[in-house]
Amino acid sequence: MDFTFNEDQTAILEAVREFCDEELAPNAQALDEAACWPGASIKKLSELDLMGIPVPEEYGGLGMDFVTWSAVGEELSRACTTTGAVFGAHMLAVAPIMMFGTEEQKQKFLKPLATGEKIGAFGLTEPGAGSDAAAVATAAVEDGDHYVLNGTKIFISNGGEAEIYVIITSTDRSRGARGMTAFVVEKGTPGFEFGKNEKKMAFSSLPNRELIFTDCRVPKKNVLGRRNGGFLVAMRTLGVGRIGMATGAVGLARAALEAAVPYSHQRHQFGKPISSFQAIQFMVADMATDVDCARLLTWRAAWMKDQGMPFEKEAAMAKMYASEAAMRTTTRAVQIFGGYGYTREFPVERYMREAKLFEIVEGTSEVQRGVIANHVLRELKQ
Amino acid sequence: MNVVVCIKQVPETTEVRVDPQTNALVREGVKSIVNPVDENAIEAGLQLRDAHGGKVTVITMGPPQAEEALRQALAMGADEAILLSDPGSRGSDTLATSYALSQMVKKIADVDLILCGKQAIDGDTGQVGPELAERLGLPQVTFAIALEAEGGKLKARRVLDDFYEVLEVKLPAVVTVVKQVNDPRHPSMRNVLKAKRAEITKWTLADLEADPKQAGFDGSPTQVVRVWPPEKRSGGKTLEGSAEEIAEELAKAIKEMTLAAG
Repeated sequence: MDFTFNEDQTAILEAVREFCDEELAPNAQALDEAACWPGASIKKLSELDLMGIPVPEEYGGLGMDFVTWSAVGEELSRACTTTGAVFGAHMLAVAPIMMFGTEEQKQKFLKPLATGEKIGAFGLTEPGAGSDAAAVATAAVEDGDHYVLNGTKIFISNGGEAEIYVIITSTDRSRGARGMTAFVVEKGTPGFEFGKNEKKMAFSSLPNRELIFTDCRVPKKNVLGRRNGGFLVAMRTLGVGRIGMATGAVGLARAALEAAVPYSHQRHQFGKPISSFQAIQFMVADMATDVDCARLLTWRAAWMKDQGMPFEKEAAMAKMYASEAAMRTTTRAVQIFGGYGYTREFPVERYMREAKLFEIVEGTSEVQRGVIANHVLRELKQ
Repeated sequence: MNVVVCIKQVPETTEVRVDPQTNALVREGVKSIVNPVDENAIEAGLQLRDAHGGKVTVITMGPPQAEEALRQALAMGADEAILLSDPGSRGSDTLATSYALSQMVKKIADVDLILCGKQAIDGDTGQVGPELAERLGLPQVTFAIALEAEGGKLKARRVLDDFYEVLEVKLPAVVTVVKQVNDPRHPSMRNVLKAKRAEITKWTLADLEADPKQAGFDGSPTQVVRVWPPEKRSGGKTLEGSAEEIAEELAKAIKEMTLAAG
């Protein structure tokens, strides 16, 4: 078992860390307060070839693996959670086109996504379809060379800013999960509009918008995967998405740890730095262990994906554990900062608000436990 | 436009430690980086190349591990890199360094412009650029904050203590740049990977037909008599209170200092 990065990965991570420290971290707090799309940061990610890390070079990517993608994502999220979230949500369009796209679709959609020329987003969630993904009501009805889409998606990350959307629809409601179809829909397609941008507990600069389809005609050649094969596209995409969310959570948890430890050295009470008290030391130990466990689970899931192995259970474990580890770690960071931690003078209160997102999106912790339990109960049945 | 950029690998820390026995800088355990303002020189070269065509060649003199600094320049987008590494270069002061670099530049064909950072953070002399210009018999502009090339000429804005000065020089010329000249780009990942695999040309003094008497210890008239770390400054004092109170206390402190100094 080898836990080291190869030379290419090491060089990339070193360059990414420098970029994060110099360009992303100093602006993270201001970006959150400004509540605006981080366009400048995302443009830089594109210039640095970071928007298509696991995409083959022939399609404009870097031709590296998902482990590298995850390690880079952790650095981005550690420096600026919002940038990390955009980076993660972008992959939700990249991955399904990479996995299910025809050659023509890859040329047309994957290339500009991989180079970062265009940003991607993924639309599954609806008012009535969240954890129950098969309850999608957005209808796609065949009409000549087109499908006509009607319905509304909600909470869509990168919504409105992204130019290429992978949309999960229902082509045959009577067949439930077996009647769903995935489409690539471009921004600007007549009948495709954006609704409200949600105001959230945190991540004010990450758009989570409604996508509204009203008699939106999408050419048949934009069907991604097979007709009625959309549930598979959605599940495979969510598999990658879970690794992405776990990655973001690890980065956030690390940011909290790395903020809390120097503060604990610097803050004096009873004539001593609070880091000398066992109560603080135990918190630090738990935080560091949480970060490591979360990271190792995440990298294992990414590695299994890279090996072509089934990774659904492992991705669910990583996502569930990492998001809860981020919640625990950020809460402890606020506790270590004490009264100051509750103020907006320091970033840890934001970290704590941000952490909650990870336990909810891309499958709640409860959904992840359900997935894990299904696997374990099946694997170990008599 | 073909640009040669001279860079130096330096220890990262600005808190330089000095070995009291040898009076030499302690380099063990200190990460090496490209001298920060040399990154600005590289960026300036890349921008001129991107605007006018040609290529950027980055050169350095140093131990074999200085190759890492060159790879970083390649990752930023430089086209070629040449390392002069020769035991005979050891102990070079600025005069011997400028000699070696001038020999390197002479060996490179069709050079239109030579760029340097204004000074290195380790030695802080700021002499190598100007000496290089003298060695090559080329016009020089130091402390450039803006560069503009047009038809075989270069217009450069110099930043000096109290004023700016705009000079026009015929190319080829030697220009040293200051930090404010630009914002060095971060390398793209494709370039990072390319730079790792790139071939670095390696030269020795023999390749340059250099006069060994002008290189290394023999070519260095500078004698370092003593090196010592700067005195540690005390933390200073923070005054608190209303503006009036602070002003009063400050005035009192200045008076006391003036009286104490006689």
